[in-house]
Amino acid sequence: MISMYLEQRTWLHSIKASHKLAALAVITLVMMPLANLPVWALALLSTLALYATLGRHAWQQLKSYRPMLWMFGLLFMLQWWLASWQLGLLVILRMSTLILLANAVTITSTLDDITDVFLWLMKPLQKLGIATENIAFAMSLSIRFIPILIAILDALLDAWRLRGGGKHFWRVIAPLVIQSLIFSQHVADAINARGGIPDNK
Amino acid sequence: MSSKVFQFKTLDIVQIALFAAIMAAMGLIPKIDITANLPITAQSMGVMLAGIIIGKRNGFFAIMVFTLLVLAGLPLLAGGRGGLGMLGTGTAGFIIGYPIATFACGWIFETLNKLALPVATFLASVLGGILCLYAIGVPGLALNTSLSLADATVTMLPFIPGDLIKAVLTTLIVISIARGLPEQFAHRR
Repeated sequence: MISMYLEQRTWLHSIKASHKLAALAVITLVMMPLANLPVWALALLSTLALYATLGRHAWQQLKSYRPMLWMFGLLFMLQWWLASWQLGLLVILRMSTLILLANAVTITSTLDDITDVFLWLMKPLQKLGIATENIAFAMSLSIRFIPILIAILDALLDAWRLRGGGKHFWRVIAPLVIQSLIFSQHVADAINARGGIPDNK
Repeated sequence: MSSKVFQFKTLDIVQIALFAAIMAAMGLIPKIDITANLPITAQSMGVMLAGIIIGKRNGFFAIMVFTLLVLAGLPLLAGGRGGLGMLGTGTAGFIIGYPIATFACGWIFETLNKLALPVATFLASVLGGILCLYAIGVPGLALNTSLSLADATVTMLPFIPGDLIKAVLTTLIVISIARGLPEQFAHRR
């Protein structure tokens, strides 16, 4: 399964995911209300310096944010027109800093570690009667299903193109959903035949 | 302590996982050009479909599972985006609004069970999948970009025609599903 996780270990990998997320939350909450251009310029520079310490692969991963530069340009023009260029610059500095900081956590923590933190955050929901272990099970099941669904979709799209279907690709969604719903009954039967979902009657 | 609403059978869990995966797969459907310069991505139709086809509760949890997987680092949003960084973008409110809009779609669809299937589907898609989604997404856009609420709303207006087309397509898709798998909607009428 493709994930954004960087395989090459860096010093940021060895910090616990929960600590990185807590730090990210604190930085975001403290920094968000600040409306000072030099502070945010410094913050962006520090974030880029952080990426520099993570090595070449982290730098290369930043390239995936290139399409976002368009959006930033557009947003800057819009803010300039509506308010002032200072505000436009501030918004862009703030967004790029926070996005890149959060991205640094994403690329240096495994999916499992981040999921564990999410499930820990959802613990209070158990008091409301929501079985969070069922949500965890659905998440792992979903990761397993995604390649299968993509394979079904590819087959449907191939069939569609082969018959000269044209541009109305949305036509494949109905058979995709129908096949999945039938498939879900088989999977549920298979799970029940093996004793059902853990901790679930 | 646990109320009946939150008891999941095995089939519920499987359908939740499956619809989260359908939502991910829909991010890979090529952009659809209905009119010359209005390409639309199929993914947000997943919100409307999930609420209507597997119901408000399962639909909510399905799209929540999808959102959690995206935030945890799977690049599943259309265009291969994902990760916690999405919370800093202008679309953060829409991503968080996805599960809630799914619930709204399902709830409205169930409330309108006296109406014909296509009418109920279209209304649920527009009210839940567009109105409710924007009600959460636009404040999120305003917060992250320092635009005023009014300006943020105006910024999103060009997307409304595409979203209305999605509501129409969702209706057509649900009609085909009802034809191919009638037992899925057997509880209506």
